[in-house]
Amino acid sequence: MRVVNIVKRYPNMRINAVDDVSFEVRRGEVFGLLGPNGAGKTTTVGMLTTRVKPTEGKAVTGGVDVVADPVRARTRFAVVPQRSNLDRSLSIRQNLLFHAAYHGVHAKTRTERADALLEQFGLIDRATDKPDFFSGGQSQRIMIARALMHSPAVLFLDEPTTGLDPAARLFVWDRLRELADDGVTLLLTTHDMDEAAALTDRVGIMDHGKLLALDTPEALTRSLPGRRTLELAIAGSTARVDELIAALGELDGVERAEQVQGQARGGDMPGGAMAAGPPGAPMPQGEAGANGQELRIRLYVSGEAPPLVAPAATVLTAAGLELRDIKLGAPSLEDVFIELTGRTLR
Amino acid sequence: MSAITAEDAGRTGAAHAFLAVLRRDLYVTGRELPAFLAQVILQPLFLLFVFGKILTSLGYATNGYKDLLFPGIMALTVVITAVQAIAFPLVAEFGWTREIEDRLLAPMSTALVAIEKLIFAALRAIVAATIMVPVGILVLGSIPWRWQAFPLLVVVVILGSLVGASIGLVIGTYVQPSRINIVFSLVFTPLLFTGSSQYPWPTLSDLRWFQVITAFNPMTYVSEGLRAALVPSVPHIDGLICVGALIVALALLGPIGMIGFRRRAID
Repeated sequence: MRVVNIVKRYPNMRINAVDDVSFEVRRGEVFGLLGPNGAGKTTTVGMLTTRVKPTEGKAVTGGVDVVADPVRARTRFAVVPQRSNLDRSLSIRQNLLFHAAYHGVHAKTRTERADALLEQFGLIDRATDKPDFFSGGQSQRIMIARALMHSPAVLFLDEPTTGLDPAARLFVWDRLRELADDGVTLLLTTHDMDEAAALTDRVGIMDHGKLLALDTPEALTRSLPGRRTLELAIAGSTARVDELIAALGELDGVERAEQVQGQARGGDMPGGAMAAGPPGAPMPQGEAGANGQELRIRLYVSGEAPPLVAPAATVLTAAGLELRDIKLGAPSLEDVFIELTGRTLR
Repeated sequence: MSAITAEDAGRTGAAHAFLAVLRRDLYVTGRELPAFLAQVILQPLFLLFVFGKILTSLGYATNGYKDLLFPGIMALTVVITAVQAIAFPLVAEFGWTREIEDRLLAPMSTALVAIEKLIFAALRAIVAATIMVPVGILVLGSIPWRWQAFPLLVVVVILGSLVGASIGLVIGTYVQPSRINIVFSLVFTPLLFTGSSQYPWPTLSDLRWFQVITAFNPMTYVSEGLRAALVPSVPHIDGLICVGALIVALALLGPIGMIGFRRRAID
């Protein structure tokens, strides 16, 4: 799948809905388009799925140019929209069967496939019910099952788990991972950072119609300067906290060191050692830590944090203190997003 | 060589898709048959009963009025059924159910999706026209019938159903969902009463302005064409003129509806 310098301009609009966007998605890759509402994600997907005509540029889905040959392109992909567009006059099983019939799937194959998918998606008991009787999460599952009826090479999902409860969300994530393992290319639009981080191989961040960044979630978060932290939990006590902080702050690669509010022992942030964000608020220096319990110092690092553990431990040993625990803080995709667009998503 | 094969495969694919979508519509109609029949029969039944039966038996209309009324009501049924079969579902499908999306993403051209809608609506209208025969006999006791004019009747019914479907396509694609109720009253009522279904068009010569208005309603040519076929003794527009006028209407409204459909289907 490929878009090259694609532009969508609507009449009487000041700015382009999609403005000179290019990217390529490999076969079997899970690609996420992140962005706030109105960023141009849906329009981009619309152009890749033949529903929006590009003003300029080229879009190729499943190896077929969507502008030159939309009919053939439609055999290669399937779309799972955010809101249900299931056929309300048909049972969900018939929804699957007729979808396959539209795509020319042989009668015997479509019956077998429909039953297998209904089974896999936990819908077989209600196969004869009409779509009106299903919840949002169930409709989402039905639409994914329907999309798979003609074995598409590329699957587009528009905010696949928005509004789903956590269990339904995990279920959808598992199915999507299985599909990716089977070689199906997935493009999902989302404004859920967790979803993007959990599912995607690469992420494109869009705003105001432009593609602002495109990389793996890890690389994107790594690209943020000074957002990595190394937090040291120190046993023992010292009256000279200021000196200690100054010594740690002079280590190579440390931009700044500060004392943070000590937490109850073992009271880690949810998410464990890689949890993002500040674990505690900075506090006036030289007050706590002298009570013999625990001292916490956070180092803001410019490069990678782990290589700093040994030098930091050396400084502590020299001061007669013991390193009890460390915590690495990495910036999240959300931080990347705010850095790029200057606003939060939700 | 391979290019030709791919193109052929595309054509068969599109034909498959087209037939599958048509099969879906027929299947759903089959399942909702009682509702469909009630929708089709009720209006002409009452119109025939009140205007054809009651008014004549009370002496306000002559017996001959029944004979000129029947082709008119048949025309009205054909056109209205076709309009309804496409306009209202289309507004809903583009507006809120979005059911049409799955068909727009089927491997066939967007125009073919619209053509399927037209053909399906026309089929419903033709079924409705057929049902009018027993309904007419039931309500009026007898209906005018001339086998020698059967070909003209068939042609007019088919053209009338396609013109009605095109009107429905235009309404269904140009009207905003929030306006559909207003449009239905603003379009339907004039359509019903300016289509020469309750009076023969040539007899309006004393009411010139109304005659001119009715000449712009394609339903007029369905009513008059059916009168030419069934009751040639009544003053009527010549059958060939009716067929010609309906072809012109189809050539105008069809493309306008197709453009509207494309505008809604592709951004």
